[in-house]
Amino acid sequence: MAELLQIKSQVKEFQQEYVDKNSYAEENRQKENQAATRIQSWFRACKVRAYLSHLHKQAVIIQKIWRGFTARARFRQMVKAAYFIMKMNFYEEMAVRIQRRWRGFFVRKYIHNFYARKSYLEGVSQKNELVRQELDELEELQKRERDCLEMVKEQTAKVYQAYRLHHLLSTKQCPGVFNSPFRPAPHEMEQLLRQVKYQAPTRLAHRGRSSLLGMPGPAAPSFPGTPGSPWIKNTRTCSSSRPILHPIACKKEQSQFREPGEVWEQHVHCPDLTLRLQTSHTHLEEAQKQLRQQEGTGSMLHHLSHSRSSFTHPAYAKSFR
Amino acid sequence: MSQRQIIQVFEQYQKARMQFVQTVADLASRPQNIEILHNAGVMSMLRPLMLDVVPSIQQTAALALGRLADHSDDLAEAVVKEDILPQLVHSLSLQNRFYKKAAAFVLRAVAKHSPELSQSVVASGGVDALVLCLEEFDPGVKEAAAWALGYIARHNALLAQSVVDAGAVPLLVMCLLEPELALKRIAASTLSDISKHTPELAQTVVDNGAIAHLAQMILNPDAKLKRQVFSALSQISKHSVSLAELVIEAEIFPAAVACLRDPDEYVKKNVTTLMREVVQHTPELSQVIVNCGGMAAVIDYLGNCSGNLRLPGIMMLGYVAAHSENLAMAVILSKGVPQLALCLSEESDHTMKAATVWSIGQIGHHTPEHAKAVATANLLPKLLELYMDASSSEDLQAKCKKALKSILQKCTYLPGLEPLLYDAPSNILKHVVCQFSKVLPHDSKARRLFVTSGGLKKVQEIQAEPGSPLQEHINAINSCFPEEIVRYYSPGYSEVLLERLENYQPA
Repeated sequence: MAELLQIKSQVKEFQQEYVDKNSYAEENRQKENQAATRIQSWFRACKVRAYLSHLHKQAVIIQKIWRGFTARARFRQMVKAAYFIMKMNFYEEMAVRIQRRWRGFFVRKYIHNFYARKSYLEGVSQKNELVRQELDELEELQKRERDCLEMVKEQTAKVYQAYRLHHLLSTKQCPGVFNSPFRPAPHEMEQLLRQVKYQAPTRLAHRGRSSLLGMPGPAAPSFPGTPGSPWIKNTRTCSSSRPILHPIACKKEQSQFREPGEVWEQHVHCPDLTLRLQTSHTHLEEAQKQLRQQEGTGSMLHHLSHSRSSFTHPAYAKSFR
Repeated sequence: MSQRQIIQVFEQYQKARMQFVQTVADLASRPQNIEILHNAGVMSMLRPLMLDVVPSIQQTAALALGRLADHSDDLAEAVVKEDILPQLVHSLSLQNRFYKKAAAFVLRAVAKHSPELSQSVVASGGVDALVLCLEEFDPGVKEAAAWALGYIARHNALLAQSVVDAGAVPLLVMCLLEPELALKRIAASTLSDISKHTPELAQTVVDNGAIAHLAQMILNPDAKLKRQVFSALSQISKHSVSLAELVIEAEIFPAAVACLRDPDEYVKKNVTTLMREVVQHTPELSQVIVNCGGMAAVIDYLGNCSGNLRLPGIMMLGYVAAHSENLAMAVILSKGVPQLALCLSEESDHTMKAATVWSIGQIGHHTPEHAKAVATANLLPKLLELYMDASSSEDLQAKCKKALKSILQKCTYLPGLEPLLYDAPSNILKHVVCQFSKVLPHDSKARRLFVTSGGLKKVQEIQAEPGSPLQEHINAINSCFPEEIVRYYSPGYSEVLLERLENYQPA
C-alpha cells in the first residue's frame, strides 16, 4: 500500500509534471516548430542548391561542348570562305592584268591608233602636196590653152583685116601704105597682104572665116590645118599633096527670121494688078529733058551711055517685092 | 474713095502704131527715159496695143512693157494694177514663140522686185502658163519661162512651193539636158532658187534626178554655167545629212577641186560654198573632202582672193576643225593657221573677222598641240587685241572671248602665253595664270625663263581678291619659287629694303 500511496502521490506529481511538461511543451511548441521548420527548410534548400549546382555544372558542360562544336564548324566555314576569296582575288587580279593588256592593245590599235593617225596626217600632207602640184599644172595648162585661143583669135582678126585691106597692097609702080620706102623691111601687114588671096564675097563669108587657120601662126600647135583655106595662098605648113578644093557651098544657115510684120504685110498686101505701066509712058522723054538741063555739069559720055542703056521694065514682069 | 485709099489709111495707122511701139521699146532700154515715159502714161497706152491685131506690134508692146517693168518697182506695180497680167497669161498659151518670149520677159520683170508682186503673178495663173511654156520646142521660150519661174521662186518658200506644185521641176531637169548653154544656165539657177528654202523642196528637186545631171556639168568649160551648177548643189546639200550624202555620192569631189583654179572668181566661191555646206554636217563627210585634197586647194584659194569671197573658205575650215581633233590637225598641217592669221590681219569687215576668229577657236581648242600651233602663229595677242578693242562689234568681241577661253584652257606653250600677262583683263588673266600654275611646277627650264623674262614680276603685280581662283593660282605659282625670289620681285621691295636700311644700326 505504500507503493500505492506513493504512486498516488506520484500520480499527482506525475499529473502535475505531465501538465507542466505539456504546458512547457505547449509553450515551446511554436518555437521548436519554427526552429524545426527552419532547419528543415534550410536543409532542403541545401539539398536543392546542391542539386541545382549539379544541374548547372552539367548544363555548362553540355553548352561548352556544343559551343566548341559550332565554333569549330563556323571556323572551318570561314576558312573555306577566306580561301575562296583569296583564290577569287588572285584570279581577278590575273584577269585584270589580262584585261589591262588587252584594253591597252585594243585602244592603241583600233581606237586611238597613234601610228595610224600619224600616217593619216602624213598621207593628208602628201595628198595636199600632190593636189597642189596637179592643180598648178592644170591651171598652167588651162592658161596656156586660153592664151593660145587668144592668140589665134588675134591672128584671125589680123588676117581678116588684111583681107579687107587687100587693096593697100603695094604694086610695082607704087609702094603701099605698109611698105614705106623709108623702112628697112616691109611691115608685117604688108606680108599678110601679100599672102591673102582676095575672093569676091560669097555667101560663104561667115563660114569661111573660121577656116582661116591654115595660116602659119607663131604658136598654134593644136589646130588642124584646113587644106582648103579660101583666103590664104601658099599655105606653106600644110601638105601640098592634097589638091586644094573650093569649099563646098553648104546651105546658108537660117538667119534671124524676118519681122512678122513684114511677112504679114507681104501676105496681106494688096498687089496692084494693072496692065498699066507703073511709070508714065513719057518717062523717057522727061528723063532726057532733065539730063539736057544738067548737060553743063555732066560730060557727053555720060549722056551717050545713059541713052543706050535706059529702058524701063514693064510693071507686070516685076515680081512681088 | 477707092479700096486702095481706104486700105492705105489702115496701113498708115498700123505703121504709126508699129513705130510708136518700137520707139517706146528702144527708149525703155535706157534708164533715164523711164520716169518720163511713166509720167507720160505709157502704161495705159501700151495696154491696148498688147491686144493688137498685128502680131509684131503685140510682141514689141510686150517687150516694151517688160523693159519698163524691169527697171523700176513702181512700174511693175503699175503693170499689176492695170490688170495686164491676166490677159498676158491668157495669151501666153495662144500665141507664137516670139510673143511667148516677150510675155515671159514681162512676167519675169514684174516678179523680180518683191514677193507681193510675185504673189500677184502667181495669183493670175502665171505659174501654170509658164510651166506650159517649158514644154515648148524653142529654147528661147524655155529660157525665158525658166528665168521667170526662177525669179518667182527666189523670194520665199511659199512661192517656191507654188512653182513646184505646178510641176515645173521635172521640166526644168529636162532643160538641163538641152544643148543650149544659156538654157542650161537658167535651169540650174532656177533649181538653185527653188531648193534653197526648205529641205522638202530640195528633196523634190533631188527626187527628179537633178543631182546626176548637175554633176555631169561640173567640168563644162563655160564659167557662168559652173557658177549656177555649184550654187544649185550647195543649196541642195545645205539642208540635211542625207541630202549632202546624196550630193557626195554623185562623185563630184575630186573633180570639183580642180574648179578651184578656175579664172572666174564666183565659180571658186561657189565651189567653196558647196564644200562648206557639205562639211558642216558630219565628220565622215569632212573626211571625204579632206582625203581628196580639198583642204589644200581651199587654203590656196584663200591666199589668192580677198574680201567677201573668202568667207565660205574660212567657215569651211572652221567646220572641218570643229568635228574632231585629227581633222583639226589635218587643217593645221595643210598650213591653215598662217593663212587664217593673214585673213585676220587683212580683212577689215567685222563679220569676216568674227568668222576667222571662230575658225581659229575651233582649231585650237582640242589639245595642247593644237593650242601650241595657234600660239606659235602669234594669234593670241591678236585675239586679245580684238577683244579689247572698243570699236569691235559685240559679235566679234563675244567670239574672241570664247575662242580665247577655249584655246587658253589647253595652251601649255609658255612663250605664247607671256604677252598675255601684260594687257589682259581679269577674266582672261585668270585662265592665263591658271595655265602657268599648271606648267611651272614641273618644268625647271620654264621657271627660269619665267623669272628672267619678267613674268614673275608681273604676276606679283596682279591684284586679286584673296580666296578667288586667281589668287589661288598666284599662290600656286609663288610656291614654285624660293621665298627670297618671290619677295625680291614683289612690288615695293626696294622701299622695304630702304626702310630696313634706315632702321639698321651698325654694330
